[in-house]
Amino acid sequence: MDWIAITSAIFLGAMMVFIFPRMREAVKNSPKGNMQDWMGYIIPLVAVIGFIILLINMV
Amino acid sequence: MNDHNISISRSQESILATNKVLKNTYLLLSMTLIFSGILAAVGMSMNLGHGAALVASIAAIALMWFVLPRTANSSTGIPVLFAITGLFGLGLGPVLNHYMAINPSIVSTALGGTGVIFLGLSGYALTTRKDFSFMGGFLMVGMLVVIGASLLNIFLQIPVLSLVSSAAVIMLMSGFILYETSSMIHNGETNYIMAAASLFLSILNMFQALLHILGAFSNND
Repeated sequence: MDWIAITSAIFLGAMMVFIFPRMREAVKNSPKGNMQDWMGYIIPLVAVIGFIILLINMV
Repeated sequence: MNDHNISISRSQESILATNKVLKNTYLLLSMTLIFSGILAAVGMSMNLGHGAALVASIAAIALMWFVLPRTANSSTGIPVLFAITGLFGLGLGPVLNHYMAINPSIVSTALGGTGVIFLGLSGYALTTRKDFSFMGGFLMVGMLVVIGASLLNIFLQIPVLSLVSSAAVIMLMSGFILYETSSMIHNGETNYIMAAASLFLSILNMFQALLHILGAFSNND
């Protein structure tokens, strides 16, 4: 394993440590979404996935 | 009647403040994207190695974590944001050189694709004015899982896991774009420097993930 892989691993580990308390706070304080709210995310996401499939076929 | 007038005046003030944040954010975002693109071209022409790119990216993240939050409320925040986006751009150099060598259309398709997805999602959040604040916890948990999977894959070296991580990054960054845009509309985010930094990071991550996916499925690979 070269130094780039080791540095990347340390960096990603540090990111996890840094993000963890923010994640816990976000989970605790975020309002709960209902089915309609989630559909507001899922519908554009399906469009994004379809668009990426189109891009894959283009390259 | 007086209360009604005060309420209308406050609502107008709030709309004006929101529009100002949106305008400043998109202006700063477009300038930082151009700057980052220039630095990416510099990184490519210098034939920067992966080690130097990693150092540039770590420096950018360190500035984003430790310096930007302290300077975002003053004019110093703008040069700090340009330094961050410039370093990220420089860090992109070797990745772009790699994909240009495989098939140059991968880079242009990923760039155009990221632009279309960003504009589409921003337009969707701006026109529907939906509140995506409920996604905060989900997005942060998703980010942690993806970072954990990427860390694991440094040791395991499983190509499928790497592709799945990239697909998850695109889904999460789509969510972050909706979340951040809705946060600006609903006055959650009032600092345009922080908003521009967050959107920049979403665009950059989405571009890199899209490059990876298109590179993997490219006919020339």
